[in-house]
Amino acid sequence: MRLPQQTSEIINREKPVAFTFEGKKYQGFEGDTITSALLANGVKILGRSFKYHRPRSVLSFANHDMNVIVDDVSGQYFIPNIRADVTKVIDGMKLKAVNTFGGVENDKASILGRFSKFLPVGFYYKAFHTKALFPMWEKMFRAMTGLGNVDFKTPKIKTAKDYGFCDCLVVGAGVAGLSAALAAAENGLDVVLVDENSQIGGSINYTDIPNELIERAKAASIRILSDCYAAGYYADNWVALVHKTHMTKMRAKTVIVASGAFEQPPVFRNNDLPNIMLAGAFLRLLKLYSVKIIENAVFLVANDYGYETAKTALANGINIKAIVDLRNGDEVSGLEEFVAKNIPVYTASCIYEAVAGKDKQVERVKIHEFNDGIAGTLKAEIACDGVVMATGFAPALNLLYQANTKMRFDDALSQFIPDVLLNSVFACGKLNGNYSYETRVRDGEFAGISAANFVKNSKIKLPKALAETQKPNHPWPIIEHEHGKNFVDFDEDLQLKDFKNAVQEGFDNIELLKRYTTNGMGPSQGKHSNMNGLRILARLTGKPAQEVGTTTARPFYHPVPMKHLGGRGFSPNRVTPLHSRHGALDAVFMLAGNWQRPEYYARDGISRQNAINAEVMAVHDNVGIIDVGTLGKLEVIGPDAAEFLERVYISKYKGLKIGNCRYGVACDETGVVVDDGIIARLSDNHFYFTTTTSGAANIYRELSRLNMIWGLDCGIVNHTGSFGAINLAGPNSKAVLAKFTDLNLDDFPFLGYREALVAGVKCRIIRAGFVGELGYEIHASALEIHKIWDEFITAGATPFGVEAQRVLRLQKGHIIIGQDTDGLSTPYNAALDWALKMDKPFFVGKRSLEIIAKKPKSQVLAGFALPKDYEGAPPQECHLIIENGDIVGRITSITKSPKLGQIIGLCHIKPELAAIGSEIKIRFSNGSFVAANIVNTPFYDPENLNQKGVAK
Amino acid sequence: MKIMTCPINGERPISEFYYWGAIKTPPNPDICSDEEWSDYVFNKNGAPGIKKEFWCHSPSNTWFVAERDTLTDTILKTYLYDGGAK
Repeated sequence: MRLPQQTSEIINREKPVAFTFEGKKYQGFEGDTITSALLANGVKILGRSFKYHRPRSVLSFANHDMNVIVDDVSGQYFIPNIRADVTKVIDGMKLKAVNTFGGVENDKASILGRFSKFLPVGFYYKAFHTKALFPMWEKMFRAMTGLGNVDFKTPKIKTAKDYGFCDCLVVGAGVAGLSAALAAAENGLDVVLVDENSQIGGSINYTDIPNELIERAKAASIRILSDCYAAGYYADNWVALVHKTHMTKMRAKTVIVASGAFEQPPVFRNNDLPNIMLAGAFLRLLKLYSVKIIENAVFLVANDYGYETAKTALANGINIKAIVDLRNGDEVSGLEEFVAKNIPVYTASCIYEAVAGKDKQVERVKIHEFNDGIAGTLKAEIACDGVVMATGFAPALNLLYQANTKMRFDDALSQFIPDVLLNSVFACGKLNGNYSYETRVRDGEFAGISAANFVKNSKIKLPKALAETQKPNHPWPIIEHEHGKNFVDFDEDLQLKDFKNAVQEGFDNIELLKRYTTNGMGPSQGKHSNMNGLRILARLTGKPAQEVGTTTARPFYHPVPMKHLGGRGFSPNRVTPLHSRHGALDAVFMLAGNWQRPEYYARDGISRQNAINAEVMAVHDNVGIIDVGTLGKLEVIGPDAAEFLERVYISKYKGLKIGNCRYGVACDETGVVVDDGIIARLSDNHFYFTTTTSGAANIYRELSRLNMIWGLDCGIVNHTGSFGAINLAGPNSKAVLAKFTDLNLDDFPFLGYREALVAGVKCRIIRAGFVGELGYEIHASALEIHKIWDEFITAGATPFGVEAQRVLRLQKGHIIIGQDTDGLSTPYNAALDWALKMDKPFFVGKRSLEIIAKKPKSQVLAGFALPKDYEGAPPQECHLIIENGDIVGRITSITKSPKLGQIIGLCHIKPELAAIGSEIKIRFSNGSFVAANIVNTPFYDPENLNQKGVAK
Repeated sequence: MKIMTCPINGERPISEFYYWGAIKTPPNPDICSDEEWSDYVFNKNGAPGIKKEFWCHSPSNTWFVAERDTLTDTILKTYLYDGGAK
């Protein structure tokens, strides 16, 4: 029922909210959570448990009530797995409890509770032990398990990402967090204070603590983010802050964690019945939402907080039938008020069992003796309609674990305490074992000033720490019962005996125990089960808690909606200055390294293969152009330029004549081929050279590094982006080029270099022959190269793409670094030893190649061809070559040459099998074989007459 | 994401940086044995501890030296290469 209006409440009684739950209509107020609105309406069962489908209701009321999860089916698509305890109810919501068979009131699956004997711990592992039964179990489990449903109609929603920066991020705006934020701000830090609740202040809002800190924080220059939680801590104080609407990626100079503590449920039979709840839940419902669901309460306590809560209950007209204190009488004081009211206080006692009434809610409790952690004889049986529990906390150390904090278990306090933190991360409040108002305030000041000293490198005096007198955590709030149903983990319905059985079965390490029992693996991630799990394991194994340790608390702290995580795809790729030209010519693009390149140009009514073949034949018979602007285009200038190139490449360049080019192969320190290109000499101290398309960025980077180390008198300029390049190739290329330049093409030999105007554009021209026909590689400013392209197209040149280029170059036996070479390819076994000049004093890889030269080759690169009359499917790249059942090689490149009318390729193969004419057997993916013969390369025009331009 | 300090461009997210590897002094190739050279080329010290490495700030192509403690995952200092004098 709803109490009359009180000042502490956060609901707006002037704004009623109508909604339905399980098909019935209810009314709440603006500000209500789904849980508080339902409880105010007298709804008793809010959800069903995961495994046994037991009726459940509010427990923590703090974002960890995993048995009260609902789907909202009111919208176009439904919103699954809403946490009812903290989600504000909205007008028009249509809510449905998850995980029920036939509704929350009469869940048919609750029969499973009776079969719990047949659902032992590690049930999944045991069920799947017999392979034959696998399909049956799978079908059953898929129907039975999991919470909520995924609505596949849900649209893809993207939310904006926000990048934040601050001096000091304070996580948690309770007493300690407020105090820390104030101290940090007062000492000049730019402070951001986050809290997952809609209002800052934590327990200040529902207890008698003065609210001075809230007022001061609101007045200070602190950026307050409420309704926002720190979902994860990442390296260098990068914290994901999740708001209702979006995520902030906060980079903080310091982080103060003041995340407080989770109340922990004591373990006794039927501790999960509706109306058995933690003290915090009771207080928040009462004070913030004015919801009273208990008239006659029994309190189960083990600390001062329990008695404070009991006093609040009395002040609000609730009858207390009994107070049960787990501690011995000599540890308990301040009972005068209860004695005066004739309220029985049972010390050294426990609730042995709660008993449900007809409405499935708690109806009475059995109070037994409790000595040394063992329940004794019955003391009293007391009727009640609710139990309020306050026997201890577990600190919310999640973020600190993520921040590499070393924890220490404090036996006196019975909790983990951060022991060694990163030097820019601080903890305060309950995390440090401070539970009194004064100690929390002081601890917060300490953290705030420490953060200021860290950021400003100052030495502001730190306040003296106050000693904490409260001992809020009972070391063993766990009561055995012969009939079980004393739940440790409410998410997964784990009982005390499940832990005992798991340990008995050998899973006696915290990590194993967790996985076998699934303790802490439910939606609340052990926030109120890990501590008791640890206590049980420590007791069963006889080890101290410190030694038992904890499992890792990974991000996220709470589940984060996918829409906040999903971002834009970010795989940048590069385009050449001619990109729009290709688009206009119907190019089909492919990625080559980071580059978008035309694979081929689509033609109406012609297949991909025929289009490629037509491009190839155009180059052979007439003239083609290909955009080679993706090549790395570098320049080295300075007195040591030639020396630099001689150190980088395996050939010699000091003697290269001005106006000439030479092929270059670069190795790494192990002698493996990493790149190739063409090097042109512009003047004594000036070279222009290319790298492979895929090496365009990283070769420049590596050359910069080598130049830095060598300290040679030369500099490297990267023109890759500022220059475009076109390869004009084919028997008619000379005639086409002659139309647009005054350059004397008759005095331009193969591997010559010239500078000239082409179509009015200043160009660098290399006479190269990658595609095997007479050709000119024309480099010009990225801003103007399109003029040349357009003229060539108008003059009848056929544009060709990467696929045609691959065919053309393969016919010539020209290798592609990275395709026909791999991480073991040296110049010796990649057929590049002709370029190798071992008599140079030094080049990168030389010393390794000296060693390799002495050893027999394990593989060589060879050409092969299939018989001309072969009509089956062609083998593919990476198909294996097999000899006597062993792998002896693999195909690196293969194509059907339209010019030769034959399938040709390159392969890595053992040298003894690479003699010209020998037969190799290529295995297809399906296991069948095809024979081919090793042949000489080039396959086409072996005398290079065409590319030299001397063919008839 | 970690932050790294480029000696020229200041603090930047580590995704902007390219890692090369530990800086090792090669043995004199003219006099060292094949085994010594192979050891230099292939054997990397993977033991956690303080490493001196080449890194590059990719957008600006700035090479520099970083000293990192891989045991604590902290970057101790970064500075421009000084010709190996240190």
